[in-house]
Amino acid sequence: MITLTEVLTLSGLLFSIAVAGVFLNRKNVILLLMCIELMLLAVNFNFVAFSRFLGDINGQIFVFFILTVAAAEAAIGLAILVVLFRERRSIDVEDLDSLQG
Amino acid sequence: MMFETILFFAFSAVLVGAALGVILSRNPVYSALLLVLCFFNSAVIWLMLDAEFLGIVLVLVYVGAVMVLFLFVVMMLDVNLEELRKGLAGYWPLAAAVAGLMVFAILNVVVAKHLGGLALRAAPSLPAGYSNTRVLGEALFTRYAYPAQLAAVILLVASIAAIVLTLRHRTGLKPQNVGEQVKVSAKDRVRLVKMAPEKRP
Amino acid sequence: MESIYLTIVLAPLVAAILAGIGGRAIGRIGAQSVTILGVATSFALSALVLKRMVFDGAPTFDAPVYTWLVSDGVTMQVGFLIDHLSALMMVVVTFVSLMVHIYTIGYMHDDPGYQRFFSYISLFTFSMLMLVMANNFMQLFFGWEAVGVVSYLLIGFWYTRPSAIFANMKAFLVNRVGDFGFVLGIAAVLYYTGSLDYSTVFAHAHAIAAARVQITPTISWSAISFTCICLFIGAMGKSAQMPLHVWLPDSMEGPTPISALIHAATMVTAGIFMVARMSPLFELSNTALSTVLVIGATTSFFMGLLGVVANDIKRVIAYSTLSQLGYMTAALGASAYASAIFHLMTHAFFKALLFLAAGSVIIAMHHEQDMRKMGGLRKYMPITYWTCLVGSLALIGFPGTAGFFSKDALIEAIGRSQLPGAGYAYACVTAGAFVTALYTFRMFFMTFHGEERMDHHTRDHLHESPWVVTLPLVLLAIPSAVVGWFAIRPLLFGNFFAGAIQVAPTHDVLGAMGTEFHGPTAFLLSAFGGLPIWLAAAGVVCAWLFFLKRPELADAVERRFHGLYRVLVAKYGFDWFNENVLAAGARRLGSGLWRFGDQDVIDGALVNGSARTVGWFSSVIRTVQSGYLYHYAFAMILGLASLLMWLLWRT
Repeated sequence: MITLTEVLTLSGLLFSIAVAGVFLNRKNVILLLMCIELMLLAVNFNFVAFSRFLGDINGQIFVFFILTVAAAEAAIGLAILVVLFRERRSIDVEDLDSLQG
Repeated sequence: MMFETILFFAFSAVLVGAALGVILSRNPVYSALLLVLCFFNSAVIWLMLDAEFLGIVLVLVYVGAVMVLFLFVVMMLDVNLEELRKGLAGYWPLAAAVAGLMVFAILNVVVAKHLGGLALRAAPSLPAGYSNTRVLGEALFTRYAYPAQLAAVILLVASIAAIVLTLRHRTGLKPQNVGEQVKVSAKDRVRLVKMAPEKRP
Repeated sequence: MESIYLTIVLAPLVAAILAGIGGRAIGRIGAQSVTILGVATSFALSALVLKRMVFDGAPTFDAPVYTWLVSDGVTMQVGFLIDHLSALMMVVVTFVSLMVHIYTIGYMHDDPGYQRFFSYISLFTFSMLMLVMANNFMQLFFGWEAVGVVSYLLIGFWYTRPSAIFANMKAFLVNRVGDFGFVLGIAAVLYYTGSLDYSTVFAHAHAIAAARVQITPTISWSAISFTCICLFIGAMGKSAQMPLHVWLPDSMEGPTPISALIHAATMVTAGIFMVARMSPLFELSNTALSTVLVIGATTSFFMGLLGVVANDIKRVIAYSTLSQLGYMTAALGASAYASAIFHLMTHAFFKALLFLAAGSVIIAMHHEQDMRKMGGLRKYMPITYWTCLVGSLALIGFPGTAGFFSKDALIEAIGRSQLPGAGYAYACVTAGAFVTALYTFRMFFMTFHGEERMDHHTRDHLHESPWVVTLPLVLLAIPSAVVGWFAIRPLLFGNFFAGAIQVAPTHDVLGAMGTEFHGPTAFLLSAFGGLPIWLAAAGVVCAWLFFLKRPELADAVERRFHGLYRVLVAKYGFDWFNENVLAAGARRLGSGLWRFGDQDVIDGALVNGSARTVGWFSSVIRTVQSGYLYHYAFAMILGLASLLMWLLWRT
């Protein structure tokens, strides 16, 4: 039987992997975006698990909205990426330092 | 019961492996595909947690739309991958440390303290004839009607924004103007001229 | 009754506004007509008021007309106090003002600022009437400042002349010094009595007398002396007493009509009037009275001496005005308030007359004011000559003239005073009689007698002034000659000012004189037994000898007493001191504060310093902002991790 512990551990592992991914793939914006998707997945795991184990449907509603926002975010992020690449011929984060103080 | 647990662990193992693959793979295309695998596995686990609707939505929305978008972009952009991988290896101890720290923190809360006993409780049994989709739909279209509309607006805005951002105005094109073509009448095209007949010289 | 008073005050104001704002529209004739009409209305009504007060026995009017504001129990009102004192002042002010208005038609005939000038002098009349008719300190101060402003505007009337601008700035600044004391005095009055109304304040005068001003734990001053001296400092500024007299000679930069109106007859007497009005307060402080007495006497003698060496005809009269103001002030100090007011009145007539006569001469001489280039004008300008003679005789106190009665009574009153410093004051004012006669007739002889020292061009055009100029001269000469005969008995000894002026029994020098007074004729005859009249005669003779008969004698005296002469020409060094010590010191202090306080501390350390600190701090902090996305992401993750750890560690 699955308990909350297992699910939460799994989501914790997923989140940590995503964090490590941010460190490892810091130069590639596409992979950064993928890592963010992974983090959101981990968060959604928590919501689903708590919703199930507390018998409260609101958690799943939340997941629903998170999916919506994540989809929007991915769409805009990728659009920006395309524009960026068109301008700079690169998606290397190290080239994007216009904000340097 | 036992079978279910085995199934859960099997899928979890694949999930974690795929996630590691996402971040470690050398090729972004592989990463994207592995991320698709992650989503599939997650969907299965969500189904096991009796969240059928969200599981299907995850597959449809993420795998069907978002990840396809990712793949498109990855393949569309002519990215020099070698350049991007350079100098990353040195970061793995830091990555491992931070990730390990977070795992430790989460395990400390979840496993060692069991969320104050909550984590050990079994899931409440569902009533007979329970339909996850129905319950979710009832909540979404009654209590959460306005937020749902708001989410729809956000999606609309996001799609418009994405189009506007990537729209390119090219000069030198000669597109058809369908409206003009439809509006045209005989008068504009043919001119009747009255003239005296001419003699053959 | 109230509407009459309002009309008296407002008629010149309306005229001033019409002539000032609508001057272009109504033209020169319109401006002169409307202002003369306004002032004539005021004069006629003032005369009516005086007649009602004096001959019909109308009661004193003291009531507020308009409440401006009430704040914390202090009521600020516009109100009128019409008693014998203010009624007399109103008549004097409006009469001289009317004469000057008429005279101006001739004097300012060719001036482009014609309407502006009429507007100013009407405005001045309004301000002076507000001052005189006030029944509270607030309105008094309003009038006080308003006449100061108009005086400033008029001294600088020819605003393209640098000297005029210098003079009006000087007048304004010196008056500020006086006004500072005046404001302090009013504040002290308000502090001790809680009211600004004359009647309330005078009723509570004993409250001020009982109080003391604590300066340090061991030193305390009598509050009444403090208050009175502060008020008197205001009077010193306005009435040009030493050492605040320096602005008056320079104010001669203004057109002559206003020298006559403002700087001789009316405004400068505001201080005298004010002290007389405050007599219930001054009577309570011997210290203040002694101060007034000594300062007045000093001014009267030493300023008169300066008149002997001045060569500008207007400046001679200006020094004479200073000297005569000193006489009045000294009389105030001797508690002979009525005598001071009497002299104020006669002085207004004959000094306005002298100034206007000088103006007439100046017109004839094509705006030449240096007496060394005049002489022998008698046969060219007979009316001016004779009226000027009347004025001069009145000034030196020739027996029978108005000036004789007022001045002789005044000197005698000072002689009877028992206050500390009275002996010195008496010596000053008596010697002043000689000096007065000397400079007056020096001016008279140099202008009208002797050889003709002007150039040919000027001489060919010499002629008597038009009737608008001579008419005021004649009209002013009449009271200058005769007003003393019938004014001395009621004004000085007839309890004329009962209720308006209070004199403590121990100070009552006029009362003592009144017991020996047997009519003007007897007073005239008894004067021949006194010193002043012979000193004046000696002065005239000296003037005749030095400046007409044997001019080389004057030069010899000048060489002999060269040091004294230099001191006199330098005007005792007051101007030098003011310019080189006070003004330069203030400038140095200012520039020091500006360099150190403003530029170094405020600009340098506080403003630029804080900006530089922020800039430096930012430039350090800036290096954190690498602009790389992952740095920010790392920061977020590390922050998240540490927050998690902290939460864990806490539980």
